[in-house]
Amino acid sequence: MSAAMAMDLAGERRPLLKVDRLTKHYGEQVGCEDVSFVLYPGEVIGIVGESGSGKSTLLNVLSAQMHPTTGTVDYDLRAQGPRDIFTLSEPERRKLMRTDWGIVHQNPRDGLRMNVSAGGNVGERLMAIGARHYGELRREGLDWMTKVELDTSRIDDKPKTFSGGMQQRLQIARNLVTRPRLVFMDEPTGGLDVSVQARLLDLLRGLVRELGIAAIIVTHDLAVVRLLADRLMVMRRGRVVEAGLTDQVLDDPHHPYTQLLVSSVLQV
Amino acid sequence: MSALEEVRWDAAYNFAYLDEQTKRMIRRALLKAIAVPGYQVPFGGREMPLAYGWGTGGIQVTASVIGPDDTLKVIDQGADDTTNAVSIRRFFSRVAGVDTTEATEEADIIQTRHRIPEAPLREGQVLVYQVPQPEPLRQLEPRETETRKMHGYAEYGLMHVRLYEDIARYGHIATTYSYPVMVNGRYLMSPSPIPKFDNPKMQDNPAIQLFGAGREKRIYAIPPYASVKSLDFDDHPFEVQTWDEACALCGAQNSYLDEVVLDDRGGKMFVCSDTHFCADRRAEGHRGELGGDPAALAFARTAEEEGADR
Ligand SMILES: Nc1ncnc2c1ncn2[C@@H]1O[C@H](COP(=O)(O)OP(=O)(O)OP(=O)(O)O)[C@@H](O)[C@H]1O
Ligand SMILES: [Mg+2]
Ligand SMILES: [Zn+2]
Repeated sequence: MSAAMAMDLAGERRPLLKVDRLTKHYGEQVGCEDVSFVLYPGEVIGIVGESGSGKSTLLNVLSAQMHPTTGTVDYDLRAQGPRDIFTLSEPERRKLMRTDWGIVHQNPRDGLRMNVSAGGNVGERLMAIGARHYGELRREGLDWMTKVELDTSRIDDKPKTFSGGMQQRLQIARNLVTRPRLVFMDEPTGGLDVSVQARLLDLLRGLVRELGIAAIIVTHDLAVVRLLADRLMVMRRGRVVEAGLTDQVLDDPHHPYTQLLVSSVLQV
Repeated sequence: MSALEEVRWDAAYNFAYLDEQTKRMIRRALLKAIAVPGYQVPFGGREMPLAYGWGTGGIQVTASVIGPDDTLKVIDQGADDTTNAVSIRRFFSRVAGVDTTEATEEADIIQTRHRIPEAPLREGQVLVYQVPQPEPLRQLEPRETETRKMHGYAEYGLMHVRLYEDIARYGHIATTYSYPVMVNGRYLMSPSPIPKFDNPKMQDNPAIQLFGAGREKRIYAIPPYASVKSLDFDDHPFEVQTWDEACALCGAQNSYLDEVVLDDRGGKMFVCSDTHFCADRRAEGHRGELGGDPAALAFARTAEEEGADR
């Protein structure tokens, strides 16, 4: 059990994110339905479920990339305390998304500027909040490339000359440079070779623990949540059918669907 | 207009070519642009008897603000006598019957492509810029919906990303024209492809500065005495171009110089890009290295013409 969880039990911390009866419909189609949960600072939650179960829908609503049909998402803003993110003005929300939040996309093309150098990609968020010293931006760029184990001699190269694994590392660096408190990731290791996946997961685990970042990670891959997530939510047809501590859910699944998912038959 | 007054312009056209309704619409856009300095106001542009790239945006702005008693100057990269400048001047003499001039001081309206005159402007003058691409963020952000939000919320970090990229690649900010500015501390603006040498002239200028983009149908403006700051980094401050040479014709040491190739053996000279400024100085008796040489003068004129033809 992580430190964050222990402190929660001791009642010392207030939630970073509080999700209440969140529902998203696409017309008649259910995206996600009646999802409620709480996330504490520094905690990592995994969302698993088969294709079409509503994982991405839920993540996109949580990260304010989409509006919910009903329900609320309260986030503990640094300055103001808990606020429903959908009552923030658009500029406030956009600011939140590029400072206190990070979003790591499955496809690096959605999360990187492909025609801007690696250093420029890492520096963009800093420049957005007013950094105006080239030398310092440069130092931050090199520092973050080191942290995500990218060759610093590639700082002036464009991401399109990077491998898929390198692009994901760069995306992570670009997001973490403002020290966000919450990072959303949709299949961060999807589409990568197994060996590359394993190293990226190791790196992610190290960074998340070291920096005390809370994260919500969507994945098909139970190995990913086993390694990264303190807690797990299992989704089916838009609903959360089982939730709990990762090891407990995976080792002793209660819901028949989770049992199926955990059995080797369904493992990818 | 009284019956006694003579119609001086070609009667086949409405005064200044555009119909009154269009001019009113453009004037409304101009007023809004002046009220919100640096903000790009969309306008319903009209087809003009010139191809885009020849200054249709500037021409529509000029047509909307010019009066029969105004005197017009037109420059193209600083020169009054290029094809583009001459044809725009001729156009307005014909459709508006206005007087034209090459003297910056005498002009009420100066339409320009790619330069601000060297001579200081005064209150009451209007400088009309021809703008090919009004959106300074376009290069890095192709989505119009997104750039509109960036302006709306003053999210301008991306512009510094472009300057960062310059320094990373060249060791310094290599952008030399269309150098982005912040107007009135609020809106990011492209000054059109003027050399960055001219950027400081926009700041606190007593004249009204109007920008017209024909293809993109946008108008923006800098009112008199507004703050116009060129973007930079603390450790890479904004700097204008400088030359080791003085103008070969008039000897000016503080004007924007064009390089002119004299022969195929690498011979060249530097001359003022502002032809009127240079001629004025020569008339006052100033001479550069080759100032007495009529051949050098002829070369300078040919070179300007070629520059304008793109
Ligand atoms: N833009 C959309 N319009 C209509 N229906 C959608 C849209 N996006 C998703 N859906 C539907 O919502 C449901 C949940 O989709 P979602 O993409 O959230 O699933 P997922 O769990 O992320 O699947 P995958 O693992 O394949 O990425 C599906 O039935 C899907 O068809
Ligand atoms: Mg998905
Ligand atoms: Zn000169």
